[in-house]
Amino acid sequence: MRKVLWGLVALIGAFAVGGIALRRGETINAMWIVVAAVCVYALGYRFYSAWVAARVLSVDATRATPAIRLSNGRDFVPTHRWIVFGHHFAAIAGPGPLIGPTLAAQFGYLPGTLWILVGAVLGGCVQDMTILFLSTRRNGRSLGQMARDELGPVGGYAAIVGTLVIMIILIAVLGLVVVNAMKHSPWATATVFATIPIAILIGLYLRNLRPGRVLEASLIGLALLILAVVGGGALNEHETLRAWFDLDGKPLAWFVIGYGFVAAVLPVWLLLAPRDYLSTFLKLGTVMLLALAVVLMRPEIKMPAVTQFIDGTGPIFGGALFPFVFITIACGAISGFHALVSSGTTPKLIGNETDVRLIGYGSMMLESSVAIMAMIAATLLDPGVFFAINSAPGIVGASADAAVTTISNWGFPVSVEQMNALAREMGEETLFARTGGAPSLAVGMASIFAGVFGEGLLAVWYHFAIMFEAVFILTTLDAGTRVGRFMLQDALGHLWKPLAETSWYPSVLLASGLVVAGWGYFLYIGVVDPNGGINILWPLFGIANQLLAGIALCVATGILVKQGKLRYAWVTAAPLAWIAIITTSATWEKVVSQDPRVGFLAAAERLATRLAAGELDAAQAAVAPQLIFNQRLDAALALLLMAILWIVIADTIRVSWRVVRGLPVLPSSEAPAMQVAAESR
Amino acid sequence: MSPIRYLVRRRMRAFVRLLRALSRDDAYERYLQHARTVHTGQVPMSRREFYLSEQERKWSGISRCC
Repeated sequence: MRKVLWGLVALIGAFAVGGIALRRGETINAMWIVVAAVCVYALGYRFYSAWVAARVLSVDATRATPAIRLSNGRDFVPTHRWIVFGHHFAAIAGPGPLIGPTLAAQFGYLPGTLWILVGAVLGGCVQDMTILFLSTRRNGRSLGQMARDELGPVGGYAAIVGTLVIMIILIAVLGLVVVNAMKHSPWATATVFATIPIAILIGLYLRNLRPGRVLEASLIGLALLILAVVGGGALNEHETLRAWFDLDGKPLAWFVIGYGFVAAVLPVWLLLAPRDYLSTFLKLGTVMLLALAVVLMRPEIKMPAVTQFIDGTGPIFGGALFPFVFITIACGAISGFHALVSSGTTPKLIGNETDVRLIGYGSMMLESSVAIMAMIAATLLDPGVFFAINSAPGIVGASADAAVTTISNWGFPVSVEQMNALAREMGEETLFARTGGAPSLAVGMASIFAGVFGEGLLAVWYHFAIMFEAVFILTTLDAGTRVGRFMLQDALGHLWKPLAETSWYPSVLLASGLVVAGWGYFLYIGVVDPNGGINILWPLFGIANQLLAGIALCVATGILVKQGKLRYAWVTAAPLAWIAIITTSATWEKVVSQDPRVGFLAAAERLATRLAAGELDAAQAAVAPQLIFNQRLDAALALLLMAILWIVIADTIRVSWRVVRGLPVLPSSEAPAMQVAAESR
Repeated sequence: MSPIRYLVRRRMRAFVRLLRALSRDDAYERYLQHARTVHTGQVPMSRREFYLSEQERKWSGISRCC
């Protein structure tokens, strides 16, 4: 009976995947994608994850986890697996899986969807579960520590440098997304600004009025956030107030930079922690609401399965389908950043080793399904509208007329009237060139929500979606800056001891300032770049994130080989090989491609030539030297990331080779086994 | 109490417990319980002290992703 049931799931899944892959020329219902995804996840979880957990990792239900052995009522607490699942999912899910698929939709819905499904089931979920398990066996050690303990100091340092670089680029690109969402949108700007005093209010409530009552405080905060969205709408109607919040990209970039610095140096209870409570509530609520709405609405997908932009001429980012779809969608398919969360906090909560399957593999599956929903929200828009929102003026032309002509000539008809009507409906002045993915996702989400819960509130839904993304992003920004600060202080401590003191204010200010300056620089350049900045920063972020995944998979593969499981090492080595191929070829293209929309050096070269020939107008000429320098810096950064990845891979091969030849290697850092008491099993 | 009301009430309680665990609203109670059973004799932290020190601990590592 069981077998028949799973055979049926496999059959339906194959039918749905075949359906989305082979349908051409007509629109397709989003339910095809939903059904395909559910079947793929179900099969992956039921069979592959069970096999990996039992055979490859040999999880042992009778072995005491660190939460049991080291239980301290604080970080080491054996917790019910569904509760840990919730915490872990809330920790790994950020804005990444929402933005990546939106950008990758320029290739059509098919390539991104397939990569999200296959990448998650065979790559991302396996990585998350394996690292979670390995860290659980090592008392919750971090990825960097595991790399140092198991591979050697080279792997350890590479992991730390990689983490710092990814943090800087991640924050810059997310900051850019927020700036682009707020640019000349008084409603969005006012709402996002309002989230700051709301978070502070909740912080004070949680510290002074009702200490630690996070549930009630979050509910109050949530009500205030919804009030802020509605209030932003009222403000938008008022002439003078509206002018105050109608800001250009540059001042908004400075605001985000200043905010990041302040949030990183203030005590956590005042701004960071309460904001995180609000964003977690919002995140879980909105994801559930979106899933429900997609199923109820069953929208038609208007984007073709595959567009002509697979040749690399796409307006949102330059570069061909291979390798750039795999770089653009990192979170949602495989995200190295998850390995940092899976090693550290979560392993200390796991009550039984067998739970790693649900928590590691399962949470990533859910994250992947968020990416699928983002893909649906992006591709249900008219393709013409989608490209009009997401294309930078440097690509399609600065005026509305120029943009619609260019986009319509690509075969995606759109008119100025249509765009203006849509902008009015969403309560915005214009939706042209709102790059970064957030506005188009918000339009998609608003249409889904409005389709199910009532047409009248389109503008409110749109700004709710923007606020939701901004709250997410600002949380990642504060938390990331803070972690970057700790890592930097740790490193600076080697130069001069007092700098490592995390509570010494001068050192706190210095390290925070350096981290903020790092991402602030890339953010600012992204804002002044007429090609939109996303075109540069997102691929760089994707490469950095995949690099981290590569390091995590190296650690996992090295440990498997050391444990004598060479014949199962392909479970992590195969995704590692794929990661190595896509990141290396993407870096190669980003550095040496002659196409200035793809290659950093070619872009710098062309801009330098045009500057020298006097072809640029005054405004462009003023920023050109900065842009030229930045493109060269980006090329160097991409090469650095690649060098780090290959050093770690070489180190893993060295360790594996020594194991195979029977030469001595570093001893296993696994904590000694201890059986759980029989009665508590 | 009628059996149905009893059942509904029990379900409601379970739901609230789940919600509190998911949001870590119950962290202090858990800590107190642990402190009472393991570190008998020591005075446990107050709710506020516990909350503040937990925030410091939670936010000194990577606890949020992209």
